[in-house]
Amino acid sequence: MNKIRAIAEGWSRDQMAELAAMDIPDGAFVNLGIGIPELVAKYVPNDREFIYHTENGLLGMGGAPAAGEEDPELINAGKKPVTVVPGASYFHHADSFAMIRGGHIDVCVLGAMQVSENGDLANWSTGKPDAIPAVGGAMDLVAGVKTIFVITQHSTKDGASKLVRDCSYPLTGKGVVSRIYTDLAVVDVTAEGFRVRKLAPGVSFDEVCGVTDAPLLPMVES
Amino acid sequence: MTGKQFQSAAAAIADIPDGATIMIGGFGEAGSPTELIHALIDQGTKDLTVVNNNTGNGHVGLAALIGSGQVAKMICSYPRSSLSRVFPDLYRAGRIELELVPQGTLAERIRAGGAGIPAFYTATTVGTPLADGKEVRRFDDRDYVLERALTADFALIKCETADHKGNLTYNKTARNFNPIMCMAATTTIVQARRIVAAGDTDPEHVVTPGIFVDRLVEVSAPQVESQLIADGVTYP
Repeated sequence: MNKIRAIAEGWSRDQMAELAAMDIPDGAFVNLGIGIPELVAKYVPNDREFIYHTENGLLGMGGAPAAGEEDPELINAGKKPVTVVPGASYFHHADSFAMIRGGHIDVCVLGAMQVSENGDLANWSTGKPDAIPAVGGAMDLVAGVKTIFVITQHSTKDGASKLVRDCSYPLTGKGVVSRIYTDLAVVDVTAEGFRVRKLAPGVSFDEVCGVTDAPLLPMVES
Repeated sequence: MTGKQFQSAAAAIADIPDGATIMIGGFGEAGSPTELIHALIDQGTKDLTVVNNNTGNGHVGLAALIGSGQVAKMICSYPRSSLSRVFPDLYRAGRIELELVPQGTLAERIRAGGAGIPAFYTATTVGTPLADGKEVRRFDDRDYVLERALTADFALIKCETADHKGNLTYNKTARNFNPIMCMAATTTIVQARRIVAAGDTDPEHVVTPGIFVDRLVEVSAPQVESQLIADGVTYP
């Protein structure tokens, strides 16, 4: 736990979101999870357009409405008021999940409780007996969307690594995560395991290894 | 041919018996048929199985129906509520059953139920605890889980306009589960903001064809759940 505090500040939540946005191609259909992933929408590069899907039945979602302009019948999956962009469409839930499960959505950015070195994701339940289990659309998204990015702090508040050899929490999906954006590093999930793609300023490879409960492969020099 | 229109929400839901399975439209408050749910609380039927994505908010609408003790089982994807302790308290006390279903599987099970498809395979939940005990089959080098269709005795639906033939249109993201639930219930009961004459809705704009709709009631100024909660309203 103390090791983390000894490390340089690393990236902020906004910087993690910006890094993820830079990796999404122009014209992509994108679904953003609730929480830090929502920040990705603030950092769309100027020369690109992303089309946002929200699983409660809207393609072409815009930002939050001005105060007083909220419509309780125009909301996102987090049940917050949103707007629509020109060219948007509404549809029912089975069509919305046909977009997800049929492989029509290009990129989904999600939060995580744990990611394993083979790309397993756990982000819906601690599995504790007194927890109210709630899955929403997470299992559908990881099963159907072409590319799954994860944005998360590298460690929990208690200092436990979120990057692990095997997830101890119940899985959302097996072998589904492509890339992880943490406050310390961008990490790819490869056939050989986790490979560091980028390090936050002032953060060394050895420091990241020291707070990660799985082997890390170094960056490939390009 | 007899008309589909009823004069009140109470009359439209009067014959729902104890033990019925009821699909209730809506995602959060959007598209939730609050007046029909409140009529069901007044009517008092119990031992219900309710299908909805969530478990309601505050102490109005679905949360109030659950809180009244009329619901024995919830089938849903996300039983966490904002501003409501109703479901968690009953669940932890062992007084309500939960069947947790991923949101897309829930939607597809309902769609399949309405389309006469008894079961289907999906990649969702493969390798997770929610696939435990379910048949897994491999197609083209990928594993899929067998899921059964869902049907219901009744559906409670909210829409924007209904014509006298039962053709429905919806408003924005208040559409959500409503169209597929109309298809999957034996008796579909709809509260519409406006009921119009047959022919007033362009056939090109109909979202739910009237064949899936049995009863209509006009609720021209439906209550807004978030406003009720902000005002501290509880039902009944």
